[in-house]
Amino acid sequence: MSSSPATTAPAPESVDQRIAAVADVARRLLPEEGVITDRARLRTYECDGLAHYRVTPALVVVPETAEQLAEVVRACADHAVPYVARGSGTGLSGGALPHAEGVLVVTSRMREIREVRREDQRAVVEPGVINLDVTRAATPHGYYYAPDPSSQQICSIGGNVAENSGGAHCLKYGFTANHVLGADFVAPDGEHVPLGGMAPDAPGYDLLGAVIGSEGTLGIVTTVTVRLTRLPEEVRTLLVGFASTDQAGAATSAIIAAGIVPAAIEMMDALAIEAAEAAVRCNYPDGAGAVLVIELDGSVHDVEAEFSDVERLCREHGSFEQRLATDPADRALIWKGRKSAFAAVGRISPDYIVQDGVIPRTALPEVLSRIAALSEESGVRVANVFHAGDGNLHPLVLFDDAVEGAGDAAEKVSGAILDLCIEHGGSITGEHGVGMDKAKYMPRMYSDDDLDTMQLVRCAFDPHHLSNPGKLFPTPRLCGEVPGRKKAPHPLQAAGLAEVF
Amino acid sequence: MAASTTTDLDGAREALTSVCGRVGELEEASDGVDGVRPGLVAGPNDVDQVAAVMRVCSERGLSVVPRGRGTKLTWGTPPASADVLLDLSALDRVLDHQAGDLILATQAGVRLADVQSVAAEGGQRLTLDETVPGGSVGGMLATNASGPRRQAVGTARDLLIGITVVRHDGVVAKAGGRVVKNVAGYDLGKLLVGSFGTLGVIVDATFRLHPVPAATRWVSAAFDGPARAHELVQAAVHSQVVPAAVELEQDEQGGRVHVLLEGRPDGVAGRTEALRALLGPDATDAEEPPAGGAAYPWDLAATGDERDTALKTTFALSGLPDVLGALGDLDGLRLRGSAGVGVLYAALPHRTAPADVAATVERLRGVCGRHGGSVVVVDAPAAVKDAVDPWGPVPALALMRRVKEQFDPDHRLSPGRFVGGI
Repeated sequence: MSSSPATTAPAPESVDQRIAAVADVARRLLPEEGVITDRARLRTYECDGLAHYRVTPALVVVPETAEQLAEVVRACADHAVPYVARGSGTGLSGGALPHAEGVLVVTSRMREIREVRREDQRAVVEPGVINLDVTRAATPHGYYYAPDPSSQQICSIGGNVAENSGGAHCLKYGFTANHVLGADFVAPDGEHVPLGGMAPDAPGYDLLGAVIGSEGTLGIVTTVTVRLTRLPEEVRTLLVGFASTDQAGAATSAIIAAGIVPAAIEMMDALAIEAAEAAVRCNYPDGAGAVLVIELDGSVHDVEAEFSDVERLCREHGSFEQRLATDPADRALIWKGRKSAFAAVGRISPDYIVQDGVIPRTALPEVLSRIAALSEESGVRVANVFHAGDGNLHPLVLFDDAVEGAGDAAEKVSGAILDLCIEHGGSITGEHGVGMDKAKYMPRMYSDDDLDTMQLVRCAFDPHHLSNPGKLFPTPRLCGEVPGRKKAPHPLQAAGLAEVF
Repeated sequence: MAASTTTDLDGAREALTSVCGRVGELEEASDGVDGVRPGLVAGPNDVDQVAAVMRVCSERGLSVVPRGRGTKLTWGTPPASADVLLDLSALDRVLDHQAGDLILATQAGVRLADVQSVAAEGGQRLTLDETVPGGSVGGMLATNASGPRRQAVGTARDLLIGITVVRHDGVVAKAGGRVVKNVAGYDLGKLLVGSFGTLGVIVDATFRLHPVPAATRWVSAAFDGPARAHELVQAAVHSQVVPAAVELEQDEQGGRVHVLLEGRPDGVAGRTEALRALLGPDATDAEEPPAGGAAYPWDLAATGDERDTALKTTFALSGLPDVLGALGDLDGLRLRGSAGVGVLYAALPHRTAPADVAATVERLRGVCGRHGGSVVVVDAPAAVKDAVDPWGPVPALALMRRVKEQFDPDHRLSPGRFVGGI
């Protein structure tokens, strides 16, 4: 136990005292570089991938083991200090935005792939492990990890669990929630429990299912058991040029209607293509108003047959150029343009907002024309990149922050696009999460009763709102009297009192 | 919760009749909820009536057990109390099928088979097997029932994209939506799936669908022991033939592994060749599913003490030989299940003495536990359920109790049917 005088102060402690108490615990557990209190260094953690929200945390802790992480969370619980978990900090909704009076728990030193179990089709990894590294470790065994967010070279599995990350291939293979079968979990009171496991259908409530996608508001996972997926025998990637997004959308619908479930169907419009060309010279078809990237995978026989159907359906819907890639290098070239699209927009606009909304795929033509109308009325340019197969739009709203009012105009268009999604029965986020950025939109999608009911889960896990508070929900629910664990006087306090008397 | 008195029920009947389409008593022949006779049966006609019933029950402190089509009502532990049996069979409308978006929304009382008929009109299906004939969508969700096709697309939790529930206090809440890709808010659907009516009343659900495959083929091979069974299952799951199901069955006639291939005719034909080569010279293939199909290995028609003890065992795939070894020497045992995902169902004959069943379950729990899994007594005669905790030990039970406490603070929803007496 610590002998630090800070912890002997009578309750209620000030914010500084409480942070100091957690820092003391962390210093006892961790090497010096794992506990950051220096203002300048704290500032390097002030934002995640959504850089226009910035908050400097009061303390950054970088644990190396699950036990250390659990101890730090327990210290936060004991001293009523809020905390935020952060993986690689690549999130796009401010989900890992720090709390000014709280602790940022960074998992970047928990990067071990503990096991690759081919026989069980599972891998057990720590939360800081990079998404693509799971696939790299599994590939020699003929396997891969299916969820592939565009940031997969840098994003962490822990972050993927928090956000229920998808990716281009989730059209066929599903999301993180469909591929994570177990986790060791640190609840906001510091309790460290296994959820799910190696086998499916663990008896009891599917708490893991609730935790995945809860954006760090229910707790932190310290090891993750993932399903590995067998590498397909054959993969074909087709790049198709169309004169317009209407044509590309109609081709997409025709492919789905034919009973084909491609691994991915991605669409980019003319402005997005222009940006990608400027950035990575992906050499997409000249003069295309839209391109589709269609990937088929599976056994040789099926892919062959599906491919000829897809080729024909695209032709029938007006495609003017089709390019097939079968070897990995050619496929990578086609994907390069798509995967770099967000960053590429920086080449044609000084600033931009990456929006993330979902519509029923059949509403695509209608919604795209409404977005075009919004753009025209406001003079704000919008580049469209999306997962066409599942109706997940990523409009990139372009602006120049140096021009007065341009940022506000862009925000307005960006918000109006979300309204379009809701109006068409869709969602305000398909994969980037609600985080800080979209909490205010939640009441447009869900009723007060819906949100109140979701927060019952929050109250069960985190009645004192310590785990990533202020995210996801516009207004926190009062949890009332909490049964179960009562806050007993902390041993340190008891020790302190003993000294006083 | 103490049992309600007759006077309470008379008052409740009056209050319920004023808000609910049908209120009555359980038919004499029924054995209620696994032997627990409800005081009243309320059959609401729509979601508003479900909410009204729940408000009445909340005001009067009545316990409620939801029922879809009543095909799995004996599963789990018998409820500690069932003042009102909430019969959801009148919520029987498929609400919407958007073939172009591959989604379907349905009320919870609709039979799964009827959902399939509607989906089939658009050449689509909800890729969930009907494991108990006649069961409802709500019941399938509440019990997390699954069959062979979980190999490729997962279970209800993986296909459910939106849900509406009525809470203990009558509040109607939804989560998720009508699009497959959606990460806005908590995924309440995951919590409700497999919750056995202890968190809320599921009134409607929206699912993602898949196209009906043009061709299907079952490739089968016999095995003579756990080692060979494991080889066959491993050969199937590590192959690149994309199996839609990897089933195992074992009975008096011996053991067989059945692998389902689905897709385009030419693709299925090619993959059948490839798979037969992998499973050995004795492998056969057929268009028709194996005789047992998606059904459980126990006798669904049996009731009361005539019921077999129905077990669900789960394990990491590498545990299959050990689990088969542990099950193999049991007298009169029948086995079937999705060996390709680590799930096997077992039926112990009803004549097995409860103490023997209990000892067997304990032993199996040891074996499955060592392989990362568990053993649940899905159904059994009352004496067996008394002799062994059907659910077994469950980690994170404290957190589960806290969830229950939030969703049902008075413990009136299917009390005692679930893990740890929840």
